[in-house]
Amino acid sequence: MTNWTADQPIVRLRDVHKSFGQVEVIRGISMDVMRGEVICIIGPSGSGKSTLIRCINALNDIQAGSIQVEGQEVHGPKLDKLALRRKVGMVFQQYNLFPHKTALQNVMMAPIKVLKEKPAEVEARARALLKKVRLEGKENQYPGELSGGQQQRVAIARSLAMQPDVMLFDEVTAALDPETVKEVLVTIKDLAAEGMTCILVTHEMGFAREVADHIYFTDRGIIVEHGPPAEFFTQARDPRTRAFLDQVL
Amino acid sequence: MAHKMPVPMSWNPVDKGALPVLLPFTPRGPAYDDFFATRWLASIPAFWFLALATLFPAMVMAQAGTAAIRTPLEKLFQWMPFLFTQGFLFNVLISVLAMAIGTAIGAFAGLALISRSRILRGVIRVYVTFFRNVPWLVLLFIVLLSFPFQLRIFGTVIPFPGWFKTVIGLALPVSANIAEVVRGAVQSVPTAQWEAAESLGFTRRQTIWQIILPQCFKRMLPPWMNWYAILTMSTPLCSLLGVGEIISLTRQAMEAEGNQPELLIPFYGFALLLFLAYCYPIARLTMRLERRFAVKN
Repeated sequence: MTNWTADQPIVRLRDVHKSFGQVEVIRGISMDVMRGEVICIIGPSGSGKSTLIRCINALNDIQAGSIQVEGQEVHGPKLDKLALRRKVGMVFQQYNLFPHKTALQNVMMAPIKVLKEKPAEVEARARALLKKVRLEGKENQYPGELSGGQQQRVAIARSLAMQPDVMLFDEVTAALDPETVKEVLVTIKDLAAEGMTCILVTHEMGFAREVADHIYFTDRGIIVEHGPPAEFFTQARDPRTRAFLDQVL
Repeated sequence: MAHKMPVPMSWNPVDKGALPVLLPFTPRGPAYDDFFATRWLASIPAFWFLALATLFPAMVMAQAGTAAIRTPLEKLFQWMPFLFTQGFLFNVLISVLAMAIGTAIGAFAGLALISRSRILRGVIRVYVTFFRNVPWLVLLFIVLLSFPFQLRIFGTVIPFPGWFKTVIGLALPVSANIAEVVRGAVQSVPTAQWEAAESLGFTRRQTIWQIILPQCFKRMLPPWMNWYAILTMSTPLCSLLGVGEIISLTRQAMEAEGNQPELLIPFYGFALLLFLAYCYPIARLTMRLERRFAVKN
């Protein structure tokens, strides 16, 4: 499986099952994500979307099936967690910045401590990343001094500092004030335009329609329907999808 | 036949402001927790201590020179420098050493309480529960009587004096309580912080030392200082084991002065005041930090 090539799916899910105790939240999901693709996973709350992307970077384990990132099995005994975490970056709904570190330190910490890179090189990269997420001048602010949207953009920069190949976004705008949602979405859109592979769980339908290459609709642990946004939003066939879209659009 | 029941005028719940059945139970007074003594001490206005500090010598002066016989306060006044430097500073030394050892052990015990090893957690849980709940004085006697008076390591003999055994005896219950402080502080950090660190590739050890502990240091400070005040106030227990700290010396000084009953209040009162005065600023700072860190995280 190590002879993975870039023309194969970068993330590959096969019949994934996940339960919390007796409750089965994912009941057989398969998915292929190609390099550079932007995937949006939508669906009602409790449908297992967040759990699914948490399984992709091994924050949650799975009971059955297979998840591969660049050909590496995520839930196997031979998993090199560090290698996986270098490939897969994750941004959370609640930002989860380290409150005792400044914005710049938050971005620099993992490459220095985990990847053992040279601080001077990391700092240059971190400053460039903060500039890229339009936070120039906020380098020395602590998370508590930043708005939700700014914190979330620091969190994105922090993930990017690990130079991942895939970015996972777990409802990253759900905790934000409406006026700051846009600045975060613009940042993600820039990333997508640069060719970063992105998997997003989102409730922003307009955004999904605009940037996604492919949309998956999940309900009760399975993929009900998927397709390119143009088809998905206009020609949904399944009644559950249509009911959901009627509610949110 | 039906009589109209007269409503007794004396009973009217509306006048009392609320229906008694709906009133929630509200305990009065401060909560009885680990901070009980510190909270009380911190609540004393500072001018009381200032007043006492100025009144005490003034009272001695006022009584001096009127009679050939020295008053109890005059006798105390002569003993004060000795009692303070030979006695109280020794109590401070014992408390500082016991706190240092207790904190070092307690920090590791606290981390062991959140270890992923069930066995380690279980063993340390027994240690912590035991030493938090046994009487300190009994512990002191056990340590005093069971530890050797000297240690022989590679041919060199290290003396193990009684006072140092009391340091160990006091450090044990302190370490158990500090372990709980560390565990509580670590667990008060949201689990999302652990997940964020994990997703960035930090190992569990790196996460604890570089992300979790720096965040809970501030939270640990007030309870840590609180335990230092409690420990300091407990150092007179060492007098029962023959350690020459302030209470032992006070007793000896009173014997040297003829052991009259009227010496009791001034001499022991002085020792009491020293403890309160020493712990007072600690208590004030502890409660201020506690209030400051309670709301934010």
